Amino acid sequence: MKTVQFISQLIIPLFILLVVGYGWAKKVRVYDSFVAGAKDGISVVIKIFPYLLAIFVAVKGFQASGAFDFSRDLFRGILLYFNIPLEVISIAIIKPLSGSASIGVFTDIVKTTGPDSLASRMAAVIMGSAETTFYILAVYLGAVGIKKTRYLVPVCVLADIVGIVIAISVVRILF
Amino acid sequence: MNTIWLLLIGISILFALVNNRLDEFTKSLFEAAKSAVEVSLFLLGIVALWLGITKIIEDSGLIHRLSGAFKFFVTRLFKNLPPDHPAVTSITLNFLANLFGLGNAATPLGIKAMQDLQSLNREAETITWEMMLFIVINTASIQLVPFTVIGILAQLGSSNPAAVVLPTFLATVLSAVFAVGALWLFRKFLK
Repeated sequence: MKTVQFISQLIIPLFILLVVGYGWAKKVRVYDSFVAGAKDGISVVIKIFPYLLAIFVAVKGFQASGAFDFSRDLFRGILLYFNIPLEVISIAIIKPLSGSASIGVFTDIVKTTGPDSLASRMAAVIMGSAETTFYILAVYLGAVGIKKTRYLVPVCVLADIVGIVIAISVVRILF
Repeated sequence: MNTIWLLLIGISILFALVNNRLDEFTKSLFEAAKSAVEVSLFLLGIVALWLGITKIIEDSGLIHRLSGAFKFFVTRLFKNLPPDHPAVTSITLNFLANLFGLGNAATPLGIKAMQDLQSLNREAETITWEMMLFIVINTASIQLVPFTVIGILAQLGSSNPAAVVLPTFLATVLSAVFAVGALWLFRKFLK
């Protein structure tokens, strides 16, 4: 475990060393190149900002209005039927919507149910295997100004739902 | 996206009205605006940083060497990409960053990959198959070791925080396979 963590800490410094070293060997003016590339960052983020704002407004409003609590209660029956800890619903709904909020919800589940409980493990696997889909969609599509997304959004939503079912089932089977 | 946004906003206002939470709802809008600015500023920093690094990769010609090992895999998956296109490298780098859980590098490199894919797009505002495939694989977030999650578990006293590594990896691979399969089915039947 320690070695894996060490390797992953090493990757970025090594990678940057490789890039700068290779550039130097090929007689590239690395500083000028870096600055020229970094300049594009500004226009990219300006392009993304309105999309990000739209997503954040929708997600925060959904949480604050109580609609989030309501949708959580909707799933309560299904979870009870399959004997799945109720805490899992919160993380399943929040993870695709917001990364920072999901870390908060996850920490809360671990604190209240204990770090080795079934609920904590299910939440952990959902945290690790699901992605903040709507954030990714907003940022990646916003960066290149795509408006017609064809069937991408339905596929992503479907994949999120199935992904959470898979995460719960895997924990069920393995623990 | 339009439908989802409209639904989220509409449902939220309705619930705010019924639950007598209009005040909280309004407050949350301004909070959302604030955090959109904060996240954008954070993104500005890391996106500029990685675009700077990738510019050196391009200028030095390293771009043609980096993709080498993964070119086989990436061009197999993204059949319409010319094998020497910059998108092959940026997609590879994004996948690697995701695999090692380097979120701060993955998003900027993903943006770069989207820009490279967009340069091959003949209709500026319509998404291409390659972009959809790229985004779907990204949202499945294949990750070797989920460090954030393990960190929280360890900090709060788990007896074996690494116990979730294998199930997470299994779940993420299975859901990635499902997601790509679903995308492929949609393409097949929605032509």
